[in-house]
Amino acid sequence: MKPIYGALMLVSFAGSAIAADLNICVEGAYPPFSYTTDSGAVEGFDIEIANALCAEMGKSCEMVKTDWDGIIPALLERKCDAIIASMSITDERKKVIDFSTKYYNTPAKFAAKEGMELSDLEGKTVGVQRGTIHQDFMEGEFSGVELKLYGTQDEAYLDLSAGRVDAIMADSIATLDGFLKTDAGAGFSFFGPNYSIPQYHGVGAGIGVRQGEEDLRNAFSHAIGVIRGTGQYQTINEKYFDFDIFGG
Amino acid sequence: MRVELVLENWQMFAEGVWMTLQLTGLSLLIGFCIALPAGIVRARRVPVLSPIINGYVYLFRGTPLLVQLYLVYYGLSQFEAVRESFAWPVLREAYWCALITFSLNSGAYATEIIRGAVETTPEGELEGARSLGLSPGQVTRLVLIPSALRRALPQYGNEVVFMLHGSVVASIITLQDILGAGRTLNARYYLAYEGFLTAAALYMSITLCLVLVFRGLERKYLAHLDIQAPKAKKMKFALR
Repeated sequence: MKPIYGALMLVSFAGSAIAADLNICVEGAYPPFSYTTDSGAVEGFDIEIANALCAEMGKSCEMVKTDWDGIIPALLERKCDAIIASMSITDERKKVIDFSTKYYNTPAKFAAKEGMELSDLEGKTVGVQRGTIHQDFMEGEFSGVELKLYGTQDEAYLDLSAGRVDAIMADSIATLDGFLKTDAGAGFSFFGPNYSIPQYHGVGAGIGVRQGEEDLRNAFSHAIGVIRGTGQYQTINEKYFDFDIFGG
Repeated sequence: MRVELVLENWQMFAEGVWMTLQLTGLSLLIGFCIALPAGIVRARRVPVLSPIINGYVYLFRGTPLLVQLYLVYYGLSQFEAVRESFAWPVLREAYWCALITFSLNSGAYATEIIRGAVETTPEGELEGARSLGLSPGQVTRLVLIPSALRRALPQYGNEVVFMLHGSVVASIITLQDILGAGRTLNARYYLAYEGFLTAAALYMSITLCLVLVFRGLERKYLAHLDIQAPKAKKMKFALR
């Protein structure tokens, strides 16, 4: 009997692995957009937007947790069918994948111990997440600053609060909710202007799909418009932020 | 496979190789300096000291290197007291955290290797030395240690290779070692394999060099234990 049960279980496992219409790559280490709960589930703004878009498109979706620096390869290797991970739409990335229209757009900002100023930055160490628009921006505009590259944004926060880096450069909302508003962020604040330079920062965060998959891409773009219209987007937005992060 | 991207970024990989060699080499050296006295003490079951060393060895062999590095790098920095202590200028730097962790880790493994070699030293060698009138200190220094280290060579060669491969965890605390360079390449050009394949090739080449070096060392220092070898060779030849 036992081998038969085993075989049945295998079949049901295989079944659940391929049951979803779409596999969505998410990160799970980028609060409040995407974070992993104590029980191991992935939650956050990105995840709720993903679920709303899938429901709107009438597809069942499965979230696949993927490291940030392997997330585009994972899409290309068909480990998932779309990336919903606060990925900015940039020309550099468009050479490799396609994007839906944006689903939010927030500026980038420096953060450090209170009292730091932009003019102090020369010769200091700044932490950024590896393979992000923020790395490109720092390399392009602040060549006199030493960069430290982190696998996740959370690790950069840890080292900022420990004093291993003098400042971090990251998305303003991610920094605000993921760090500055937390206990670890006491005594730290933003400094410098809001940065939103299309050449580096793109035109907001979009949903990444493989090149040539026009139908899927358009379906996502359309669904974004629909949930903006029905108010679903605003409901999710209000759960996380006190202003509309969709941007102008 | 986009080889041209790897070639364009050769400098990044060269720096990565240097970082890996530095970390591995220095931690093996420091680890060895810990392990030589610790291994002998452990073999001799010295009161008070031996249990302490047992505890150290058990701690570092009982937990994965990755966990140790996380605890030292992200763990210690959580405590205000650590951040205000005299040790912070050192613990602040990822490089020193990695070096300290790797050294202690390698030291623990090497302690066990040396303990084994010391314990299996033939009693006759030591007796012979004593009968020549050497003092206990001289016996240890002139006979026990050289004899034990020679016999520890093959196992220690393994430890060197393990340490080289273990050093990849440095890349998770922002150090740009060989794997770090591979990851940066992958992230910059959205590649899946190129960075890792290049890293694998580099680690394999370094391992090959290490294996050759240790083979040479063994041939030189273990020749006296290899009395059987010529016979065995002859037989093989005859069988062909």
